[in-house]
Amino acid sequence: MRMVELILITFLIVCAIAVALTPGLLTSIVILSSYSLIMSVVWMVLESPDLAITEAAVGAGVTSVLFYITLRRIHAIDKGEEDEDPEE
Amino acid sequence: MKIQKSRLLCRLFNWVEGEQKYIPSEAGEYATTVRPDETDRWRERAEGEEQGTLKRLKDWGGETAVKNYGPVYRVIAVLVCVTVTTLLLLTVSYLPRYGEASNPANNEVPKRYIESGIEETGAVNFVAGMILDYRAFDTLGESNVLFIAVCSVLILLRKDRTDGKVNIKEMDRPIRELIDDNILKCSAAILVPVGLIFGIYVILNGHLSAGGGFSGGAIIGAALILYVSAFGEEKASRFFTYGTYKWVSFAALMTYAGLKTYSFFTGANHLESGIPLGTPGAILSSGLILPLNICVGCVVACTMYAFYSLFRKGGI
Repeated sequence: MRMVELILITFLIVCAIAVALTPGLLTSIVILSSYSLIMSVVWMVLESPDLAITEAAVGAGVTSVLFYITLRRIHAIDKGEEDEDPEE
Repeated sequence: MKIQKSRLLCRLFNWVEGEQKYIPSEAGEYATTVRPDETDRWRERAEGEEQGTLKRLKDWGGETAVKNYGPVYRVIAVLVCVTVTTLLLLTVSYLPRYGEASNPANNEVPKRYIESGIEETGAVNFVAGMILDYRAFDTLGESNVLFIAVCSVLILLRKDRTDGKVNIKEMDRPIRELIDDNILKCSAAILVPVGLIFGIYVILNGHLSAGGGFSGGAIIGAALILYVSAFGEEKASRFFTYGTYKWVSFAALMTYAGLKTYSFFTGANHLESGIPLGTPGAILSSGLILPLNICVGCVVACTMYAFYSLFRKGGI
């Protein structure tokens, strides 16, 4: 069990550094959501399942979606499909 | 890409300078209600402004700035990071060792919670007993914070109603939906009902097992967001509109506040509230914790969905 905890925490640190160093914003969001997923497993290991549920739903789910939408809004992420038809 | 950025910057500058100037949109997107001569005048002025903004943008965040100050920024960023990390680690090193009996956390309060929590609240889940019975007033504040957060986002992001005028503040066109994505649709069709039922289970069993109003509400909100992004707004607006959000949040917050007022009337010290606690472990037990959980869950689910909806299209 100790080993699993250490591996998870190593993953956490790697993810946290990777979020800052990744050039692509979309990749950063995906890494951040995987960070939250690992964090929820860590909560589970620390025997607080209610926090784990909340972390998985809010951190990995809703926050990533909000980040994605906001970055689309301010045109920080380009999808290529934007040029198809500017109407509507 | 560059022009879109410059439009945003245009808006930013206008906002900073406190002026309400017309901002050009992309070609062909001029509002139809503007008369043609005005449009021409505006177009000329706007194009001139756009050129100026592009120039400013290039000088401001562009090549010269990065060339001259880039290394400085990096060094400062690393220094700030290292300083903050050192301070945080120093603070952690001053904390008492984990799990020692003489720690300040081991006082009479958690002892009381653990020893007589079940008799006093009727909840098997101590956390639910704490946050919704002993500390229910704090949870009411948290629900209100969520509500206020949505209100602020609503003020900032909601599209203004315009009656035939050019809407300067209006956001760009709504983000297009991936309605025709079969993979998303199929997985959403499987995941959304499961997510909704799991969220309802977590809320209703908040006083018996891990979870509670906030977790369950977040799960329901995530399921609703998945539903909207897979099937589109028309289908979602059949059951969730602005009115739904308004009334559900209002009703939940008022019910919560109303249910907890008995503490005020009974002297805030749980003098004979008269609410049966039931047998600990049964689904209908632990007094007010179940309805309070349901209220918190409703508020949180609505808030999650409202955030998504406001960020995406500027309205619920």
